[in-house]
Formats: sequence, C-alpha cells, structure tokens
Amino acid sequence: MAVSKILLAATSGKSCKILLGLRVLAFLATLSAAIVMGLNKETKTFVVGNVGNAPIKATFTAKFQHTPAFVFFVVANAMVSFHNLLMIALQIFGGKSELTGFRLLSVAILDMLNVTLISAAANAAAFISEVGKNGNKHARWDKICDRFATYCDHGAGALIAAFAGVILMLIISAVSISRLVQPNKCSFPTAASPSVVP
Amino acid sequence: MVKLTKRIGGLVLRLAAFAAALAALIVMVTSRERASFFAISLEAKYTDMAAFKYFVIANAVVSVYSFLVLFLPKESLLWKFVVVLDLVMTMLLTSSLSAALAVAQVGKKGNANAGWLPICGQVPKFCDQITGALIAGFVALVLYVFLLLYSLHYVLDPFLLQKS
Repeated sequence: MAVSKILLAATSGKSCKILLGLRVLAFLATLSAAIVMGLNKETKTFVVGNVGNAPIKATFTAKFQHTPAFVFFVVANAMVSFHNLLMIALQIFGGKSELTGFRLLSVAILDMLNVTLISAAANAAAFISEVGKNGNKHARWDKICDRFATYCDHGAGALIAAFAGVILMLIISAVSISRLVQPNKCSFPTAASPSVVP
Repeated sequence: MVKLTKRIGGLVLRLAAFAAALAALIVMVTSRERASFFAISLEAKYTDMAAFKYFVIANAVVSVYSFLVLFLPKESLLWKFVVVLDLVMTMLLTSSLSAALAVAQVGKKGNANAGWLPICGQVPKFCDQITGALIAGFVALVLYVFLLLYSLHYVLDPFLLQKS
C-alpha cells in the first residue's frame, strides 16, 4: 500500500519525479557529509624529544570538535538533510493541502533558507581546510595535513559531498520557485477530487 | 499607490544593500597594518588569507549586480531572472561571510589543538577593521534576504493577489 503510494507520487508529473529524485540525492549527500565529518577522528603518537637515549612520545588527537567551523558544518548538514527528509515525506504523504499558496510558498522559502545554510557551512569548512592543508606563512600557522593525513582525507570526502549537496539544493530551490509560478499537483488523486492530468 | 510604495520600498532596499556591500568591500581592502617586534617587521594585509580575498571578490560582484539592477525598468521581462540571480547572490554573500568569519575567528582566538596562535594581539587595528568589514557584510546579507523575499513577492505574486 505504501509502496504503491510512493510510486504514484513519484510518477505523476515530470517535474515531480525530478524534484523527488533531486531531494533524495541531496538528502543522501548532506547526510553522508554530516556522518563522515562527525566520525572524523585520528590519534597519532609522535616523538617530541629525547632524554638521553630514550625518546619521549606524546599522543595527539585530531577531532572535528577542535574547529568551530567543522562543528557548524556537521550541524548544518544534519539540519539540511532533515529538511530534505521532511520535504520528501511531505511530497509523498501530504496530498491534501498540496496546491494551497501557503504550502507552496513555505516550501519555496524553506528551500531558499536551506540553500544559504548549506553553502555557508560548506564554504567555511572549505576555507579552514585550505589553511590546514597549506598553512599560512604570514600568520605563522603550520599545516597539519602532513601529520594527520587520514583526518584530512576524510574531511576532504565530507567536503565533496557537501558541495554536491550545495549544487543539488540550488537546483531544488530553483524548481520550487518555478512551481510557484505554475503549480501542478504531485500527489495521488483521492476519491473525493477528480483525477488531474499530470 | 500601493504599487508605487512597493516599488520605492524595493529600490530603497536594493540601494541599502548596494551601500552595505560596497562598504564591506572598501573597509576590507583598506585594512593594512605594519607591526614590528624584535627585529622582525610584518605587515598584515587582507591578501594574506584566501578567505578574505574571496570575501572582497564576492562583495564586489554583489555591489556591481545591485547597482545594475537599480536601473532595471519595472516593465522589463528580466525581473523573473532577477529572482534567481538574487538567490545566487545571497548564496555568494553567505558563503563569503561564513568563510571570512571562520578564518577571522581562528585569527582572534587561535586554535590550541593545531598550534595556531592568535594574531590579533600583534595587529589590533587590522583586526578591528576586519571586524567592521564583516559586520557590514552581515548587514548586506540580511538586506539581501529581505530583497529575495521582496522579489519573490513583487515578481511572482505568490499570494495570487492580481487577477491576470
């Protein structure tokens, strides 16, 4: 019953099919970015000096919580993936109030807000990672990627997923705004209302 | 009469956003300080950080775009395009502000775990000007969010108030 409902929601109308597919992709991209960055942690032991003949070892950990930009990245990606999940559920299960101006407008505005949120988070993390990868001679900040290579690699993977999410959210927002101009019903036609031509 | 006040309100908003983006651009570009301690003399400029360069470029693009849209006549069909471009400009503004804020926060507080020392103690005037530029950038962002909602309302008429 639920599966047939999902199939009908996805197949009625071309822009609905595209929108649903884009939202699923954006949900997966931002969720994977949040998870990969959230589990990003590397512990390494370094030799920091010598006392006579015995080397002194110290253990250092690189965690995503050390950098506020990465914390913002994880939180923002989680929020955007939750928004996409909510919109997918709304498109599949929320058939009755589909064409009211309030619902179309709120979906468009929420999509716009989430576009700005995800682009801010992805760019902040990207520029901080650039400083971590290349260092900064003028401020005398050393690069950390030569010592914590796995941490940097995982961070790079999360960043790529987040930027894919940015592009997808921009397209989704453009499609939502265009649905404001030409509203078309996306849901399963109920028995009370006549079936609409997709 | 209502349409006239709506249009004037939109023009005022866009003029204010143009002024804020231009102010952010100018304040960041003119921020420069030379500090010397012991025998070393170092100069802090906005070009030291990639994030600040991106901030300057993004605000320059937004100011030029706002200036051009100020002169768009209201009957033009390009207004539908302006809605999408407003969204792209808002994205540009938030991303540049967010990146500059992230780097400036490291400059002010440092990052003890990575061994990055704060630089604001040595170049306080530079730090103050960067803060001013970031505040102007934030004002430009807030104005652009309102402009986005305004363009949506003016162009697309989402509440279907006008009988076509």
